[in-house]
Amino acid sequence: MSHNTLLVFELTILVLAIFLGFEVISKVPTLLHTPLMSGTNAIHGIVVVGAMVVLGAPHKDTFDWIVGFVAVVLGSANVVGGFVVTDRMLEMFKRREPPKEADASRDGQTDA
Amino acid sequence: MSTNLANLLYLIPIAAFILALRFLSNPAHARRGNQIGAVGMLVAIVVTWIKIGTTSWWAIAVAMLIGGAFGAVAARRVKMTAMPQMVALFNGVGGGAAALIALAEVHRILPEPGAPKVDISVAIALSALIGAISFSGSMVAFAKLQELIGGRPITYPGQQFVNAGVFLIAVASGVALVSGVQHEWLLWVLVGSALLFGVLFVLPIGGADMPVVISLLNAFTGLAVAASGFELENNVLIVAGMLVGASGTLLTLLMGRAMNRSIANVLFGAFGQVTESAAAVAAGDGGSVRSATADDVAVMLAYAQKVVFVPGYGLAVAQAQHDVRQLADLLEAKGVEVSYAIHPVAGRMPGHMNVLLAEANVPYPQLKEMDEANPEFSRTDVALVVGANDVVNPDARNNQGSPIYGMPILNVDQSQAVVVLKRSMNPGFAGIENPLFYNPKTVMLFGDAKESIDKLIEDVKGL
Repeated sequence: MSHNTLLVFELTILVLAIFLGFEVISKVPTLLHTPLMSGTNAIHGIVVVGAMVVLGAPHKDTFDWIVGFVAVVLGSANVVGGFVVTDRMLEMFKRREPPKEADASRDGQTDA
Repeated sequence: MSTNLANLLYLIPIAAFILALRFLSNPAHARRGNQIGAVGMLVAIVVTWIKIGTTSWWAIAVAMLIGGAFGAVAARRVKMTAMPQMVALFNGVGGGAAALIALAEVHRILPEPGAPKVDISVAIALSALIGAISFSGSMVAFAKLQELIGGRPITYPGQQFVNAGVFLIAVASGVALVSGVQHEWLLWVLVGSALLFGVLFVLPIGGADMPVVISLLNAFTGLAVAASGFELENNVLIVAGMLVGASGTLLTLLMGRAMNRSIANVLFGAFGQVTESAAAVAAGDGGSVRSATADDVAVMLAYAQKVVFVPGYGLAVAQAQHDVRQLADLLEAKGVEVSYAIHPVAGRMPGHMNVLLAEANVPYPQLKEMDEANPEFSRTDVALVVGANDVVNPDARNNQGSPIYGMPILNVDQSQAVVVLKRSMNPGFAGIENPLFYNPKTVMLFGDAKESIDKLIEDVKGL
């Protein structure tokens, strides 16, 4: 693929991603806005892939290498921290915890 | 592995990320979505690793171990009340990584004659600019939230001009790079001034506006990552980065709407300055404050039909979420209907209160959004305001002179009685007087929120 064809293709998926992003996120309830932020935080940790490419490419000198190395460190902190924090948060969202089910005569207690 | 095959396999993480966001539409399966996202990320990393081959694989491994270990430990250790600063921190490191990628790329390709292509240098300049702003801005937000520096807006005369000047330097060096001036130091100037701008632009923003800033910085990092994707011609970076960019932008707009302020006003308005005139307007009202003892309030609560808790940042500061939940349980056992009214910008990040109450095992169907909660107040016996202030200030509805006039609020003053738990009569963060406290329906229960709630628990038990 020539460089320009590739660029047009990349711009196409960029625009589609914008609309997809708005569409998907507008369905997230305010209840889950913090996990949404933290989850998207984890997703932009994908930058680690870019950092790996930089560190893995044949490097010119030590400077190049150090910058790539630090980028991978930051990126993987972003990925791991982001997903772990989000998981911790989402784990807490419950309808009603099991011991309470007996005294609660409300609906929807299936998913504690 | 060929680039084509890698791009094909990158469809797996792309689909996983979209599913992760899609699953967030319902708390019942949101956690599974996050796990799908994590698996997608793992696939992306493995595919990239295989594609790179054996070059410096050990360096990658060591760097990932260091970063991963830091991320895991920090994420495991953090208390739920410290969540906003943790999100800011992880956001910042992502932006920093994007800026570093730009630095490394320029360092690698610049001396080649004729390189790089215009679109690549645009991408490099953008990812360096946005990534650096996001990095330093997030670090300042982290420092503010962690209370390493004061949360109040820091302002000085001519601030806007200094900020604009620094930003222009960054943009000018970006333009120079793109137009073919091939000096590596230009990118250093760009990154340096962008870092400085990030600091300067978050410093004057007060703690109460943090939900807007954090979601904006989140969007920035997403955009920086998307720009890195163009730089490295990598689809998964483009799609994932842009999804985050779109998400952060939407959240920022929602937060702005919830405060009835334009994003520009939040970012450049330095909120602290308008308060003097507003305080003067409110002081004219006079009126007296009724203070109550815990016993009185306990009786009110225990014999109510319906009690609504209205949490604010004070709940997080006092870490009183578990005590609130205990009190609510006691009241429910006495047959009182309990729910929680959550304002979209209560706390320091979007949805902050929901996470805290979820940590205390409050069942999420009891957490009501503003639109759902407001019609309920007219048939509420007691609204218990725990550490919230501006989001229940009736001046936002009635007083055109108030700096928060027009902001949608929780109409607690429509309930039969209002109990406000507050440390003292000091005005809240923004320094705005709150006529709710002088309302004849309102009683104040002074003291630390956690201690007051604990007293209430004892007294309700004793009834």
